[in-house]
Amino acid sequence: MNARILLAALWLAAGPAGAQGFAGLGTAAEGFAIPERPAAFAFPADHGAHPAYRIEWWYLTATLTGPDGTDYGAQWTLFRSALAPRPAAGWEATQLWMGHAGLTTPAAHYSAERLARGGIGQAGAEAEPFEAWIDDWAMVSTAAGGADALDALRVTARGDGFAYDLALRATGPLIFHGEGGYSVKSPEGQASYYYSQPFYDVAGTLELPGGAVPVTGTAWLDREWSSQPLSETQEGWDWVSLQFEDGARLMGFTLRARGGADFTAATWIAPDGTTTAYPDGALTMTPLAETQVAGRTVPTEWRIALPAQGVDIVTLPLNPQSWMDVSVSYWEGPIRFAGSHAGRGYLEMTGYD
Amino acid sequence: MLRTALATLLSHWRRHPGQLVTLLAGLALATALWSGVQAINAEARSSYAEAAAALGQDRLARLVAPDGGPVPLAEHVALRRAGHAVSPVISGELRDGAARLRLFGLDLLTAPPDAGGPALGGEGIDLAAFFTAPGVLLMSPATQAGPLPPDLPPVLVRDGIPPGVAYTDIGTAARLLGQADPSFLLVAPDQPAHLPPLAEATGLRLVPPGDDSGVARLTDSFHLNLTAFGLLSFAVGLFIVHAAIGLAFEQRRATMRTLRALGLPLRTLLLAFGLELAALAILAGLAGLALGYAIAAALMPGVAGTLRGLYGAEVAGGLSFDPRWALAGLAMTLAGAGLAGAQALRRTARLPILAPAQPRAWAQASARAMRLQAAAAGVLAAAALGLALWGGSLVTGFATLAALLLGAALALPALLGLSLRLAARGARGALAEWLFADTRQQLPGLSLALMALLLALAANIGVSTMVGSFRGTFLGWLDQRLAAELYLTATDVDEAARLQAWLAPRAEAVLPIVRAEATLAGRLGAVYGQADHATFRENWPLIAAEAGAWDRLAAGAGVLVNEQLFRFGDLALGEPLRLAPGLTLPVVGVYSDYGNPMAQAIVTLPVFAATWPEVAATRFALRVPPDQAAALATALREDFGLPADAVVNQAQIKRFSLEVFEQTFRVTGALNILTLGVAAVALLTSLTTLAGLRLPQLAPVWALGLTRGRLAVLELLRSVVLAALTFALALPVGLVLAWVLLAVVNVEAFGWRLPMQLFPADWLRLLALALIAALLAAALPALRLWRMAPTTLLKVFAHER
Repeated sequence: MNARILLAALWLAAGPAGAQGFAGLGTAAEGFAIPERPAAFAFPADHGAHPAYRIEWWYLTATLTGPDGTDYGAQWTLFRSALAPRPAAGWEATQLWMGHAGLTTPAAHYSAERLARGGIGQAGAEAEPFEAWIDDWAMVSTAAGGADALDALRVTARGDGFAYDLALRATGPLIFHGEGGYSVKSPEGQASYYYSQPFYDVAGTLELPGGAVPVTGTAWLDREWSSQPLSETQEGWDWVSLQFEDGARLMGFTLRARGGADFTAATWIAPDGTTTAYPDGALTMTPLAETQVAGRTVPTEWRIALPAQGVDIVTLPLNPQSWMDVSVSYWEGPIRFAGSHAGRGYLEMTGYD
Repeated sequence: MLRTALATLLSHWRRHPGQLVTLLAGLALATALWSGVQAINAEARSSYAEAAAALGQDRLARLVAPDGGPVPLAEHVALRRAGHAVSPVISGELRDGAARLRLFGLDLLTAPPDAGGPALGGEGIDLAAFFTAPGVLLMSPATQAGPLPPDLPPVLVRDGIPPGVAYTDIGTAARLLGQADPSFLLVAPDQPAHLPPLAEATGLRLVPPGDDSGVARLTDSFHLNLTAFGLLSFAVGLFIVHAAIGLAFEQRRATMRTLRALGLPLRTLLLAFGLELAALAILAGLAGLALGYAIAAALMPGVAGTLRGLYGAEVAGGLSFDPRWALAGLAMTLAGAGLAGAQALRRTARLPILAPAQPRAWAQASARAMRLQAAAAGVLAAAALGLALWGGSLVTGFATLAALLLGAALALPALLGLSLRLAARGARGALAEWLFADTRQQLPGLSLALMALLLALAANIGVSTMVGSFRGTFLGWLDQRLAAELYLTATDVDEAARLQAWLAPRAEAVLPIVRAEATLAGRLGAVYGQADHATFRENWPLIAAEAGAWDRLAAGAGVLVNEQLFRFGDLALGEPLRLAPGLTLPVVGVYSDYGNPMAQAIVTLPVFAATWPEVAATRFALRVPPDQAAALATALREDFGLPADAVVNQAQIKRFSLEVFEQTFRVTGALNILTLGVAAVALLTSLTTLAGLRLPQLAPVWALGLTRGRLAVLELLRSVVLAALTFALALPVGLVLAWVLLAVVNVEAFGWRLPMQLFPADWLRLLALALIAALLAAALPALRLWRMAPTTLLKVFAHER
């Protein structure tokens, strides 16, 4: 049996309605909990899993630099997908877990995947002490007692031809997208709970076929969970996280809809962590150049404008072939940008099939 | 010219349709039995291959617990968290009466692609339904046809899953089997490069791919048995063909002489002969294949039952058509027809153009030919003896049988001649003397058919003696072995504890039955823990034992092994046997264990509990006064609340065991009858052949005043006498055959040796059958003689030159 086909089917057609939207995110949410306003978070509990919701992720991207000035990018993601909302343990558990790891160099892009079922300890996410893991990949809190669990992390993963071991230390607070963490995803009102830790400093080691490379840089962790974040007509998204040289951050995304009614949202994050959320239409993302990647045509250079903050930039990928060749494949890689502002960031594009 | 020659040769069959039917029937029968057996073997082998490939066992290594029990789930998770690519499988059997289903519960999220599990996705399988309760079972259409245990989750039918097996999610298997720990772990061929070797990373045992599927090896002997039977049938069928072709040759001597005299080159004549033979062989071969398929399809359920009962091998009860065995069968037919026709072709080639066109009653076997045959028979008998004494393997066992049967067949004409000569000495009166002399004169013509009869009779006696001995021993052994009155199964440990407490005042003894899988002398087997109780000491027969075996067993200073383990493991009494890590005990006794393919050992209960503390007793044997057994069984069901099928009495187990046994030899019995039938047809063919040729010998006797009716009766009598003499020779041959089967073949094939028992009543029945067959075979020619127009007999004198 081909685990890949299985997984693609699982994530793409998790419901009887069949494939709708990227990774089945546009399907109905029978019996699952739905995010509600106002969002109220309770930490450390909310750093852990929310099995009453259909889908959830722990999503880390890091822009890194080697001793010779070479740029690198690293990604560590753990997805949780529930087949049914009922709680159960052991083999009866209805949670499926999927891990993705990526490592980008100017010349190569490595990706790996792990799959596991919940309930037996092979994969999971515990709030206290904080650990998210699948097989031998892990994101473990190293924060001192009293601090937020996500203030310091150790993140490890390995795949064919690569491995990394990164130590992360936060230099700013957690930030909340949308209305205090209630992030609207479509004009019809689909939403998710969404918060981030965008202020990590990173030091660690990359293992590459040429040997170990010590690296430093910054990283960004996204936490998001929901049961139906996409509208049924939305087929994918283009998402960026940007770190400006002055210490400010910007998160922005476009949810592409069939028929052209795209939905955008953005969060401006000042260097001190204060946020400004922008509604649909405030942010524009315009593809400038496309690349043939894995048999598909993918826009890899973008013009991104947020006039309200005077942002008008053009992004360039570190490696236009940053294709995550996994069950549910997508483009994810580090970028640099210039224009009104300069800096580095990460670009993720899904639903290009 | 070829066409004319062919048409001329073929016109013979238009004038003798009966002969044509005989020839075709002989060839078709030979092909049918041979190809039927081959079809059965092919079907069974493909089932083994499927089973061996199940879950990629032929390509994937596995990790198993050293004690043969389940792998602790924590151990699996620890390996995954260390980065090893292993995937858990929970397997086990669901049983309900005769319905059995083997479950393989896979974790499709981690299963290596080589595991060959069900291809999900895009096949209409609702994935959420597959992964969540109640789950989904995937099985082949034949398995789905049942019988299946009750209360199964929804079933989806998929091809390519081994018979008797269902694939499902590991969660579903865990729920159905009540087992949370994996039975074993599949190891992906590509492990991450940075990790230490699995053998160092874990205390689990690494089983290389393709190891110990064992079923094919175990069942080899059974299939060799079938093949031998098929070959025997084929040989008997060839006797018929040989007789029919020889007859046709004799009758066409005149035609051939005329054709040659007219200028037909010898080569063209031979070509025409060959073409005719090939065409007939293909025609008969195709009919035989169809017949063989029908025979195989009819026998297949029995074979499947046999293999399941004897070896625990799952084989589909249905039959699929495989062109390979069909082609092989057809090739055998052509080769066989060629062999049978070779003599006729050689004679044709040597035929002088102006040879006397008078048919002779077969080539008279010269004294020299007879001596040669007898010498060959002697050599074969010596070979059989040597092989039996010094062989000691399955192949030499069968070689012994082949040498024995062939030698006996070759010796038959000489021995029959001798007996007739001896009998003739006692004959009084001209008629009697003529009868014996005439019978002897016919021997060469009948000898092939009589050889066929001898083979069939000897095989019948041999096999039925073996089966009978087996049955008798098995029944006696069951009586001794099943000494307890009731056998109980509790659903879990708690219920077992309550059951023991409840039974304590009500039963004479409650004997726990505990077992653990183990590797014994390199073979997969089981170790049982047994309480020290008079039940076993008094009833269990030991084939071989050291002094005080039971006491040493009870003291934990010895182990009992079954006969299979003792023989295959080449063990000796007193030799230490490793049962588990840290447990090695000397063998103090050997018990017979018929019908079990596995190695088995028994240790005393405290030793077992110390070695396998995780195995708790849920099965019990109960000793109660026999007259109270029924009442206690009822009380267990009604007062204690055990399910009806959790209480089994002795008689039920015996009945079940006997059913398995009868099933086992059903196929052998059917093949036996078929072989005898073929031999009867061979006799009929030969007698019909001779009837036409013997007129010159009968006409003078008729002219001397013997009526046609008397002559016909004498013909019947002669056939019966010959059959009786053949039987007399077949009896000792059959008994030797039985001895070889019991003492050589069975030991090699099954690992147990049985005492031989004799069944004279069966012999009488078989003798009656043989005589009836001889009477029937002679009836048609005799009837013709009786009704023959006197002019026909007169013509003999008119035509005499």
